[in-house]
Amino acid sequence: MNILVCIKQVPDTTEIKIDPVKNTLIRDGVPSILNPFDGYALEAAARLKDKDPDTKIVVITMGPPQANAVLKEALGIAADKAYLLTGRAFGGSDTLATSYIISQAIKKVEETEGKFDAIFCGKQAIDGDTAQVGPEIAEHLGLPQVTYGLVCEKTEDGKGLRVTQEGDDGKPIIEVGFPCLVTFTKPNFDPRYPTIKRKLAANKAQIPVIGDTVEEFPDMDRSRIGLMGSPTHVKRSFVPERKKGGIIISEETVEDSAVKLAALLSDAHII
Amino acid sequence: MEAKTKDLWVFIETNEDGSPKKVGLELLNPGRKLADKQGGKLVAVVIGNNVAVSVEEAGKFGADQVIVVEGPEYEKYTTDAYAIALVHLCEKYAPTTVMVGATNVGRDLAPRVTARIGTGLTADCTSIDIDEESGNVAWTRPAFGGNLMATILCPDHRPQFGTVRPGVFKKPAETENKAEVIREEFHVAPEQIRTKLIDVIREAAEELVDLEGAEIIVSGGRGVGGPEGFAPVKELADALGGVVGASRAAVDAGWISHSHQVGQTGKTVGPKLYIACGISGAIQHMAGMSGSDTIVAINKDPDANIFSIADYGIVGDLFKVLPVLTAEVKKIKG
Amino acid sequence: MDFFNDELHNDLLEMYRDFAEKSVKPLAAELDKEERFPRETIEQMAEMNMMGIPFPEEYEGAGVDTLSYIQAVEEISKVCASTGVALSAHTSLCAWPIYQFGTEEQKKKYLPDLCSGRKIGAFGLTEPSAGTDAAMQKTQAEDKGDHWLLNGSKCFITNAGEASTYVIFAMTDKSQGNRGISAFIVESDFPGFSVGKHEEKMGIRGSATAELIFQDCIVPKENLLGDLNKGFKIAMMTLDGGRIGIAAQALGIAEGAIDVTVKYVQEREQFGRRISQFQNTQFELAQMRANTEAAKLLVYQAACAKDAGKPYSHLAAMAKLNASRNASDVTRRCLQLYGGYGYTRDYPIERMMRDAKITEIYEGTSEVQMMVISGWMGVK
Repeated sequence: MNILVCIKQVPDTTEIKIDPVKNTLIRDGVPSILNPFDGYALEAAARLKDKDPDTKIVVITMGPPQANAVLKEALGIAADKAYLLTGRAFGGSDTLATSYIISQAIKKVEETEGKFDAIFCGKQAIDGDTAQVGPEIAEHLGLPQVTYGLVCEKTEDGKGLRVTQEGDDGKPIIEVGFPCLVTFTKPNFDPRYPTIKRKLAANKAQIPVIGDTVEEFPDMDRSRIGLMGSPTHVKRSFVPERKKGGIIISEETVEDSAVKLAALLSDAHII
Repeated sequence: MEAKTKDLWVFIETNEDGSPKKVGLELLNPGRKLADKQGGKLVAVVIGNNVAVSVEEAGKFGADQVIVVEGPEYEKYTTDAYAIALVHLCEKYAPTTVMVGATNVGRDLAPRVTARIGTGLTADCTSIDIDEESGNVAWTRPAFGGNLMATILCPDHRPQFGTVRPGVFKKPAETENKAEVIREEFHVAPEQIRTKLIDVIREAAEELVDLEGAEIIVSGGRGVGGPEGFAPVKELADALGGVVGASRAAVDAGWISHSHQVGQTGKTVGPKLYIACGISGAIQHMAGMSGSDTIVAINKDPDANIFSIADYGIVGDLFKVLPVLTAEVKKIKG
Repeated sequence: MDFFNDELHNDLLEMYRDFAEKSVKPLAAELDKEERFPRETIEQMAEMNMMGIPFPEEYEGAGVDTLSYIQAVEEISKVCASTGVALSAHTSLCAWPIYQFGTEEQKKKYLPDLCSGRKIGAFGLTEPSAGTDAAMQKTQAEDKGDHWLLNGSKCFITNAGEASTYVIFAMTDKSQGNRGISAFIVESDFPGFSVGKHEEKMGIRGSATAELIFQDCIVPKENLLGDLNKGFKIAMMTLDGGRIGIAAQALGIAEGAIDVTVKYVQEREQFGRRISQFQNTQFELAQMRANTEAAKLLVYQAACAKDAGKPYSHLAAMAKLNASRNASDVTRRCLQLYGGYGYTRDYPIERMMRDAKITEIYEGTSEVQMMVISGWMGVK
């Protein structure tokens, strides 16, 4: 199998704090990490490779040169090859423009790596939380999609994937033929750690860079990328207001407080 | 695409039995206000098989018009069939705005459709209004794990699409209204549907948690200390006739299944009463429950964030507070 | 080497830290409470190539170095000293002497299983009446022509029962004292080998510590490690390296204690203030941090000397003397900052204090370290 995993470097949103005075995000010192959902996608690919060692796993990320760090991390975990997609012309892209650029880059990478049987993505990135880029790439490439994948395996005939999906109620099992795109959410197991040997190799790896020039992408429609190619615009962003705190019940003992609470809730006809 | 009408569409997602999902009806509430501001009709779009109930309910809850696409190929959701049908409808009727519930299905369908049309989509909105300046829909949504809110416009492309989280809006009041029904005969050939639903694994009864529909939620966080720590949480929930929720910390630690998770990466809830036990109030969690009518926080740490949004708080050990509270609730409820 | 700014080491360090936080820390209290060996953690470390960090890839090692290996011990010991010593004893006390003193056949036979973590290793020198006075060995190895016959017992053996490969010391020439001890590679399924009583310990309770019993234990001729009657030197050189591992364990314990205490003092309030706002808290933690940083430099220095092929016996002794004393000191003072809560098992600090003490005792007591250092100084 030939699998491409699309990954993104994101700020660790659990580490973001709010400046209580200015009411703005404190982004300094927030570590950059591999988007956890992309880690699950990589794990899904690695599990297919465990079963079939001939599987090749290629990773690609779009971002600034520093995003190389997540490519190296992916190489340390399971990827065989990595590509960095970077360029000023790509800046300011919303999800639609981003997915168009990535779909163009995938076609370009396929010239070297061969056609991908499956493209895996995280269901969403934890900074944007849109869950749009995966399905949009699938649309640009004309591929069938399965979103919210938990685990997957090859179908019995080996010509596609059988994906267990996190549904709104229950877990649908869906079969889809190659080539296809699957996005992954958090399964009930932890993804594997990198290994030292893979990490040493990753540190030495040369990561090809795909730029934004016309030479690189002769067929790219320039009106569909960057700020100009983005149908949506951010009008404003703000830190959400907090509701002010209410009553702290503090009777003699916490047990007394519990009794008081029940009474208050009852009086207010809440229970 | 150019809009041919000023209409606002709400996609009514249906269950397999043809009944509407709650979120679709919820969206008729903000849909009504926005449609009036836009000066167009409020249109419900129903795709499925045997969806008479959904059509009727859409009318009852305020839609002026319902566009229905029915066929056996729509009985179970597939990306391909639904995307083809919805794109067809958008092209034919060219509404100005489309709202879709941000369920897993909605978030699968909407980006596929907008990418095909080439228009903008704003995911997972928590509030919607009309931008005074431009007349566009102003879609507001959380980002950075709920730390930041962004208001997004889609000025030059139509229809402007957004998905909206379940539980953010309340269902509008039921009326005697009957909507005009337009039946659209449109079918998708089997070979156009490239995914096949083999089976659905249903979780065991106790695993099924209807957080979004719950009136009362009692949630446990890191402070419950382990899987067994959820016992007193569940006892209180049972006494109140509510359900058990959990913070991401408790779910990540493997103490309780993901289906209980409230917050940015879990469910957004808006119950009458939300009792947070041993939950510090990480912003991710608060993003999912701050819309609750009444919030109670029980936490050992007086500085826990959760107290900042709680209506009632007790600083203390949840293992001491909960049994007493449960006993009191039983007394009150007789 | 500039060990704080080396990209490779920092990269691996981050990986060890992430692993420790996510997979080792959640088990620490349970291992301590149940006196359970972290088998599943060892398996994870094996998959990550952590069971043979300083050994060449031809023996399935990771091909890195001592510095990176002791950083792994340090990071793991920050959250669980029991898991830390399992790694240290395996690497320093079993794989290393085989790598250093073994024949090519022995290395090919034993190292791949050890370095890959398919098997765990241990080291048996101490006996009931031969602790610091290691020359008082009673275990005997008799030359039976085509094999060795071992009789006797060992005590306080780390990884005992969990390990499959043991480096064991025994008298081959009683009349020669120190110069009559030899080293052997003993497999757990050799006839006559058994594991005796498990010790119930004050700390590092997740570490397996037990007695080894040799009753007419048959050891193949080719399993003599190093030259005949050169075992004492092998033991002492092995312990020189082992001490860097224990020093790293002690360093990790101190760092881990400071980490949890810094967090606690910022949460806990007394007299209407966070206790971090009291100058006593600030000065205590500042001193502890400074001393711990000093210990770290000694530990890293010893590791780098070993990697550079320079003499390191005295550096290892200094590192262990300081780091272990510091670990005991820091954990005790941190517990004091916690107050009553620190004395309960709801918080990890009492475990860290109990774990710290052993680092002043095993692989050479602090007194032995001072003997090594003073001897190196020529103060005799």
